[in-house]
Parts: sequence; C-alpha cells; structure tokens
Amino acid sequence: MYGFEMLNFNIKDGYLEAIVRGHRAGLLTVADYNNLCQCENLEDIKLNLTSTDYGAHLANEASPLFTTTIVERCTAKLVEDWHYMRCNAEEELGKFMDYCTYAHMIDNVVLIVTGTLHERDVQELLDKCHPLGMFDSIATLAVASNMRELYRLVLVDTPLAPYFSEHLTHEDMDEMNIEIMRNTLYKAYLDDFQGFCRSLGGATAEVMGDLLAFETDRRALNITLNSIGTELTRDDRKKLYSNFGLLYPHGHNELAAAEDFDQIRAAMEKVPAYASIFNKLGFGESQMLDKLLYEEEVKRCVVSFEQQFHYTPFYAYMKLREQEIRNIMWISECVAQNQKARIQDGIVFTF
Amino acid sequence: MALSPVAFIWVPSTIAWVCFIISVGDPARFIDWSWLWLLFRATSPYFWSAFGVALAVGMSILGAAWGIFATGSSLVGGAIRVPRITSKNLISIIFCEAVAIYGVIVAIILQTKIDYTAPSPELGVYDKYAMYSGFSIFGAGVTCGFANLVCGMCVGIVGSSCALSDAQNSTLFVKILVVEIFGSALGLFGVIVGIIMSGSVKWTA
Repeated sequence: MYGFEMLNFNIKDGYLEAIVRGHRAGLLTVADYNNLCQCENLEDIKLNLTSTDYGAHLANEASPLFTTTIVERCTAKLVEDWHYMRCNAEEELGKFMDYCTYAHMIDNVVLIVTGTLHERDVQELLDKCHPLGMFDSIATLAVASNMRELYRLVLVDTPLAPYFSEHLTHEDMDEMNIEIMRNTLYKAYLDDFQGFCRSLGGATAEVMGDLLAFETDRRALNITLNSIGTELTRDDRKKLYSNFGLLYPHGHNELAAAEDFDQIRAAMEKVPAYASIFNKLGFGESQMLDKLLYEEEVKRCVVSFEQQFHYTPFYAYMKLREQEIRNIMWISECVAQNQKARIQDGIVFTF
Repeated sequence: MALSPVAFIWVPSTIAWVCFIISVGDPARFIDWSWLWLLFRATSPYFWSAFGVALAVGMSILGAAWGIFATGSSLVGGAIRVPRITSKNLISIIFCEAVAIYGVIVAIILQTKIDYTAPSPELGVYDKYAMYSGFSIFGAGVTCGFANLVCGMCVGIVGSSCALSDAQNSTLFVKILVVEIFGSALGLFGVIVGIIMSGSVKWTA
C-alpha cells in the first residue's frame, strides 16, 4: 500500500538509510568548493580535502600528486561506503543497489572492448575501469572478437546477460557497433531497473521513477545529438530509446525525426519539465547543455532525500558523489594546468 | 503486493466464520439467528473482561515495540556519524515506552474491577449488570489498546525522522519534538476514555 511503507521500512533498512543520510551530510558544500578553487597546486587541494570526508583516504598519499591519484582515492571512498552498505543490505535493498551498479558494468565492458579494438594493454584498461562495476571474468573480455563470442564467453555469467540476448550478431566490432551495443544494453538495463522499481511499489517506485525517467530522457537526447549526421537510421535510433519516461512515446517519434539541434530543441521543449532547461540555453548554443543536464540531475538527486523510507537515497548518493568527484577532477586539472579562470565553468554545485 | 495476508489470513478466516454461522443451530433454518443470539447472550462476561484486559496491555505493547524499533534503527545508524544525537533522541524512545506503561496501568486498573457473580440457575445466563460490566471492561481495553497501538506507531515514525533531521541540523530537534508530543497525547486520550468507560462497573444490582 502506498503510504504505509513507513510502518515496516525500518525493520530491514532503517539502519542503512540512516547511514546513507550521514554520508550525504558529508558531501562538499559551496564553502568547500570555494576553498578548493583558491588552491595554488595539488598539494593545497589535498590539504583542503583532508578536512572533509575524503581525509582518511587522501592523508597518506605520497608527495608527487597527480590528478588521477586524487580522483582514484576519492572514488575509493565512494567504493568503501558503497561496499559497507551493500554488505549490510537485506535482499531487496541489496538487489536495488546491484541494479545501481549495472550502469558501471556496462561502461566497463564497453571500455575494455573499445580498448582492445585499439590494441591497448588489458591491465591498463582494467585499471581505468570503474571499481563499482567490476565483475570476476572482466579480463576475458579482451579475448572476444565479435559480439556473439562476447556474450557466450563472458557476459552470459554476469548480471548483464538478460540485456544482451536480443541483439546478437556475428559482425565484427567497430566503433559504431560498440556504441550501438552500449546504448542497446543501457536501454534494456533502464527498462529492467524501472520494472524492478515499479514492483517495489510505494515511494521507491514514485521517486526512482522520476529519476529514471530523467535519466532515460537525457540519454535519448544525447543519443539523438550524437547520431545527427551519422549513418544511423531513424528506426535504429528509435530502437535505442527506452520504453518509459516523459518523452515516451510521442517525444521519441519527434526526436527520431530530428536532424539538427533546433529540431531537437523543439521536441524537448514540448515537455514542460525540460523546457526550463532549454530556456537557459541561448539560441543556437549547445555547449552548455551538458552542464545544465548535470545540474538538473543533481537538483533532482538532492530533492529525493527529502522523503524518508524509500531506497532512492542510495542511488542519489552514488550519483552525487560521482558528480563531486567529477568536480574535484575538474578543479584539480584547472589548478594543475594553471587555468584557474575556467574553474567556475565546470563545477556543478550540490547545495 | 499485499496478496499474502489476503490469501492466507483473511480468506480462510472468512470462510471459516461463514461455515460456522451456517452450520450451527437448528438444521431446519439456513442461519439460525435465535441460536446465535443465545450463544452470544450466554457468553460469560468474564470472557469479555479478560479479553479486554489482554487487549489493553497487548496492543499497547505492540504499539510501543513498533515505535521503538522504528526510531531505534534510524538512531543507531545516524549516531555512527553524529554521536551527539544519541542522548537527546532517547526522548523519542521514552515517549514510545510511556505508551507501553499506559497499557500496563490500564490493564491493572481494569482487572481490579472484575468481581465474582453467579449466573442465573435456570438458563445459565448472567444478569444485565454483569453483562454491562463485562462489555464495558472489554470496550475500555479495546479503546486503550488500539489508541496506544497507533500512538506508538506514530511516535516511532516521527522519532525516526527526528533523529535523522537532528543529525543534519541540530536546530530541528525541538521543533520535531513538539510533533511527537502531540502524537503521544493520542495514547493518553485512549487511556482517559478507557478509565471513564470502566469507571461505573458493578457486577450485581
């Protein structure tokens, strides 16, 4: 029954919800970002981050600091928090948290396959993979040479197996096919995740439904933007859009037919929720779109903490931490390359 | 979906009740209302009063326990990061515990009002004073029990939110405590009405 889950939620998940809200309290604030922006070099950044939640992870880093080291240590903090919560989670929450990490798994698979195509070393690729999306047989991805082998050798044992079985071809993998594979997997994953959240019911279904709808609409927008001018046909493009979201089904028809940015914009502005994003863009501008979409995502994730007794805070916490790590990476890069004028362009403030 | 309690509790018990009502009494009648009335009339008032005492304490403690686990799990999780919330938020736990104490007090008061009377020798039914007393103790127990049940649930859920909000922003604690105080007044209403209802029991004329 919707509204009555607050009676039994705390039996299984009350402790972990309190833990994740504690982690949310440790996200970087505007004051922290201001301190970081005024740093002169990476050592200063490390010093400033030591007084935040990242302190324990960064404190023992040796002196020649690189941006990648800082980002790696910060990601390690997210992974440690996530691992603690995942180990203590009961079955439903555990399944939900696993669903949250499948997106990283898909990204890792595509990373390794693309890297192998460009003849990079497997070990180097494994180091670049996101730790939340690792699975046991990931290294054997480098061996596969077409998609059917990929599925048969590796992916059939992973949680990604049900997403894969629709589009098995003997084609060799090239850039285009890998991107199509990534988006097809992502579409199946989002549909599955949405179905799972719906089956949970209550506040989780409602709030996660909103967040996932935004995610899927954002991916539809990005797919359309990236496939303008390529040889992807309209039908193929339409097949990559998910079966839910504010744009489904009529917005998808319009997006599939769009050939340039203004047509896309016209299609998106018909949805009131996204019209406000496009209003902030000047006429003909598309560079700021990424940042505006990130800001919208962060805003929705922060708002999802307002309601209690549902699973969305876990997903939202992961997204907010990742945005924070992206911010830290941007700041570190700007500081390391002495481009401090551009720092404010790349940060998305959480609060 | 909540299919499981419907399929395993409500449906079998409804079927059992219906079969019972249809099957007892005079076989000539489909539902023998006069037999059922006599069955009800002959039920001992001591059954009702004992059941009332049981409900008074049982449901109150169910409500208190519900509230304590709801608050306690959030409090423990939140206190890992923000240890200062523990001492203040024990008040929420104490409010839930008070609900259990109300139930015990009312149960003790109710059971002191139970006296012995004999049933009438011809039909084995009790006279009107005894029946009234049995029913009123039952009613008082049900009132107190259910009021404390929902009061405990309410205070527990608000207490959980109070602990988590206090962890984020310590000025919120006192304000949410006011909500909890209003919530715990609900249990008191049940106690007061229960005491009034059972105040005028007398078992004989």
